[in-house]
Amino acid sequence: MPAPLLDEPDLQTEVRQATWTLNFGPQHPATHTTLRLILELEGERIVKATPHIGYLHSGFEKLGEHLNFNQYVTVADRKNYISPPMNEVAWHHAVEKALGVELTPRCQYIRVIIGELARISDHLLCTGAAALDLGAFTAFLYAFNLRELIYDVYEEMSGYRFHPGYTRVGGVFYDFNDRVLDRIRKVLAAFPKVYADMDKLLFRNRIFLDRMRGVGTLSKADAIALSCTGPIARASGVKFDLRKDAPYLAYPEFDFEVPYCEEGDCWARFMVRMEEMRQSVKIVEQALAGLPGGPCNLPIADKLNLPDKATTYNSMEGLIMHFEMIMPNRGFETPKNEVYAAVEGPNGELGYYLVTDGTEFGWRVRTRPPSFIHFAVFPRIIKDHMLADVVAVLGSLSIIAAELDR
Amino acid sequence: MSQAAVNVPSGAPADPRIDPAPGAADEAILAKLAAAVGEDAHRVVRFRDNLRILVAPGRLIEVLTALKEKAGCAFLAELGGTDYLQYPDPDRQGTGARFEVHYVLRDLETAGMVVVKAGVDDPDPVLPSAYSLWPGADWMEREVYDMFGIRFEGHPDLRRILMPEEFASFPLRKDYPLRGRGERHNFTKLTREES
Repeated sequence: MPAPLLDEPDLQTEVRQATWTLNFGPQHPATHTTLRLILELEGERIVKATPHIGYLHSGFEKLGEHLNFNQYVTVADRKNYISPPMNEVAWHHAVEKALGVELTPRCQYIRVIIGELARISDHLLCTGAAALDLGAFTAFLYAFNLRELIYDVYEEMSGYRFHPGYTRVGGVFYDFNDRVLDRIRKVLAAFPKVYADMDKLLFRNRIFLDRMRGVGTLSKADAIALSCTGPIARASGVKFDLRKDAPYLAYPEFDFEVPYCEEGDCWARFMVRMEEMRQSVKIVEQALAGLPGGPCNLPIADKLNLPDKATTYNSMEGLIMHFEMIMPNRGFETPKNEVYAAVEGPNGELGYYLVTDGTEFGWRVRTRPPSFIHFAVFPRIIKDHMLADVVAVLGSLSIIAAELDR
Repeated sequence: MSQAAVNVPSGAPADPRIDPAPGAADEAILAKLAAAVGEDAHRVVRFRDNLRILVAPGRLIEVLTALKEKAGCAFLAELGGTDYLQYPDPDRQGTGARFEVHYVLRDLETAGMVVVKAGVDDPDPVLPSAYSLWPGADWMEREVYDMFGIRFEGHPDLRRILMPEEFASFPLRKDYPLRGRGERHNFTKLTREES
């Protein structure tokens, strides 16, 4: 006698037509950070995804109106905490644009180096975590091992491992010394092996490829219409990179390529990031070889940088300038005007709209956060994919909730 | 100690301050815009390498559409708001309104960039939505609404995005205090017994 089966018509009419709702996050290991998705599912197929954000909203932009340009660098650090130096470079890039300051050649090189190290660090986390989310734990550990060496560089240059707070208006906190340069050379020496390891583990990994290829496809037209920038736009065929197209700092002096793909899926985004790391290593190598000598910070007569301790304690000008910079009713003289200035961050255009009011505090400190703009794309590209693809797409967009919510 | 301890390098330029003008690509965008909508729709301000285009709310969509379709600015890079309540420079080169919303547009071919600014005043700040031109404006307009209370007419889903739904004020307005008005302290808590 055949075993009794479920009634077929029931499946057709009632159960199969109903959608069910799944709450994903705000605390979930695969989101990496605090964000929440309401997923409407038909079986395992996603019919609609509604992001709910704001769990980490900490008023960073309001704080920018109450902290001076040098103090705010600690807050800028905490936006994209995977690549803090890039946030610092972006923030002081906007401040210096507003003040009309041109940095010394050495400082421009130093900022390029820390920015590119931050990009490598960010891409290592993003690509490593993309593998981790899809079950490939080993590649993630190799990537993290190299990030440790980059943290060693931060530690040596500034004294802090995670949030260096290294840049200052018109310069940096301390000039690079030989120990910093040694540690950067260690990172550069270790990189090819890590890249080769990730290559062997992931690039021809059948499971990884199947989970990434053709998933979360974003067309070129959509990437432009949805304001995507950085690796996400470049993976969809938008060949735009601020470092090449609207160069800032010392970028015109370096020889590097801007990688791009046409596919626009998770795999393309992954591969664009992998290639960008190699290009960043190339830039850091060139910058180290050609690091100009001379002073790093601007001369104290410009009233921008704190003079170093030897100058402060041993010369009258230094002491006066130290006093002028430290006292709360002195500080910078700024124009009463506004600028928008952006740099190419690891995730895309990282810009600041800064309104100054004549004091050393911003009147309005608006961040252009790439994570925020890219997360708005998520509901569109996850539609009609499987529930298991959510983590793959989230990982490939590299959403950092601290920057998302600010 | 001698004067030599001061870290002024001998070969340093006398004045390192620079004032770069907007690039040729930015000016080209402006010329195409003027050809499309005429000269009276907008006012131009140049500061550093930024080119700002000030427009009245009534002609905002017309100017944005012309920039997108005629002047090659296909890319909306950034959208945000500012509150100028009691700004220390009353003669600043702006629209004169309390709130201003900025739209940073880029031409991806020439890398030209312009900033379009529209001003809007109390008590009922309303601007037309740019969603129909750039779907990417969706969340950015929601954030401006959330933080400043500026409504965007024609936006498909204008809700708060970062603050909770029941939040009553607009935190980035200048008359909102840094430490809040006790919302955090009085936030309704859901206890285990009630849930």
